[in-house]
Amino acid sequence: MLRKLILVVIAIAAIGFAAFWFVTIPTTVPASALGNHTPDLANGKEMFFAGGCTSCHAVPGQDDRTRLGGGLGLKSPFGTFYVPNISPDPNDGIGRWSEADFVTAMTKGTSPDGRHYFPAFPYTSYQHMRTDDVRDLFAFLKTLPPVQGRVRDHDVPFPFSVRRLLGGWKFLFLDGKPFQPDASKGAEWNRGAYLMNGPGHCAECHSPRNALGGIIAAQRFAGGPNPEGEGWIPNITQAGLKDYSEKDIEYLLETGNTPDGDSVGGAMAPVIRNTAQLAAEDRHAIAVYLKSLPPVEGPKKPEKK
Amino acid sequence: MIRTVLAVSAIAIGITAVAAQSDPIAQRRELMKGIGGQTKTGAAMAKGEAAYDQAKAQAIFASYSDAAAKAPNLFPDNSKTGGDTAALPAIWENKADFTARFTKLGEDAKAAASAVKDGDSFKTTFAAITKNCGGCHEKYRAKKN
Repeated sequence: MLRKLILVVIAIAAIGFAAFWFVTIPTTVPASALGNHTPDLANGKEMFFAGGCTSCHAVPGQDDRTRLGGGLGLKSPFGTFYVPNISPDPNDGIGRWSEADFVTAMTKGTSPDGRHYFPAFPYTSYQHMRTDDVRDLFAFLKTLPPVQGRVRDHDVPFPFSVRRLLGGWKFLFLDGKPFQPDASKGAEWNRGAYLMNGPGHCAECHSPRNALGGIIAAQRFAGGPNPEGEGWIPNITQAGLKDYSEKDIEYLLETGNTPDGDSVGGAMAPVIRNTAQLAAEDRHAIAVYLKSLPPVEGPKKPEKK
Repeated sequence: MIRTVLAVSAIAIGITAVAAQSDPIAQRRELMKGIGGQTKTGAAMAKGEAAYDQAKAQAIFASYSDAAAKAPNLFPDNSKTGGDTAALPAIWENKADFTARFTKLGEDAKAAASAVKDGDSFKTTFAAITKNCGGCHEKYRAKKN
């Protein structure tokens, strides 16, 4: 009787493990799925600034924002992640990557050697990007200077260091869908929605997260504790931005100046350095979309001591 | 009786004034609030929401010059804590860079005061000069909690 029970338990465990293994297979985009495409470098450059790649991937402590040799340490509740080299260096960067490798990394969060990336790399937002935009970005990245030097491994403790488990995380928090335009809204609104939810990845900082580190969907953009550690990230739904006009938002994205005469600092300052480089119409589109977000109350700020 | 009340009030006011004078945290907060108010006026003009006014523009740049001259002395070593301050320890770890930024702000404000003549030149100059604000706030001011 006991032996039968043990065998049943082992069988269930084996089936469970097999199911887990199956669900967590890293998804890839094969080269055959990519049709013909002539890269548009101007668009690639716009995506580069919208995506904010340089804020994480540029070599820290120097002023050339096109040197994407990585090395910055990003602290999180799950450990410290060291941002990799994505310069076109063939040995230490992405110089030998194919287009399919890059599209897979950005939209599926899978590395060229078939492993899951940690979502400190915000593919949860980049997954919504159009493939053509990702391909244009890849072409633009290849025009930047190659930087030598591999970056050290992440400092992430067990069990978070088991990359296969990320397959489970992705199963819970990724929908794998590219951006779906809303036909009832205008072109500007849709452009703003695409920029913010895709390359802009604004929700990654401006939303609260649950215990597993996934964004709480019902409070998207409603602000919360800074995922990088200290401070509070503001609510950018109309609950937080009702005193801002579209022009105020555009001006902020261009200069960092707020309507009450302050200047944004902290983690938003590098974002402004990128949004300042966008086309004015794109800043306007973002403002249109932001003003349309219904007011959502975010989590309560802790009391000031 | 009245003379006593007046005397005591005068002394009290005097003491408060002296105390404020020797409270760098309070002083620098006032200073920053002041240039914040000026920046608000400037932003409205730069955005085209208020008409360009040469006198107002000059006042803005004068306030920046004034702040740039006064601010470096308002961060003595004993003012890191003890009041409601958002100044980060990084200031004292990088005093030379911190001070240099105020010098630059002062130079930019002085140049702007003589160069800006109309709405268009104001818009460009204002955007450039206010980049100084973000640069300092990014590194040296605590995040709002």
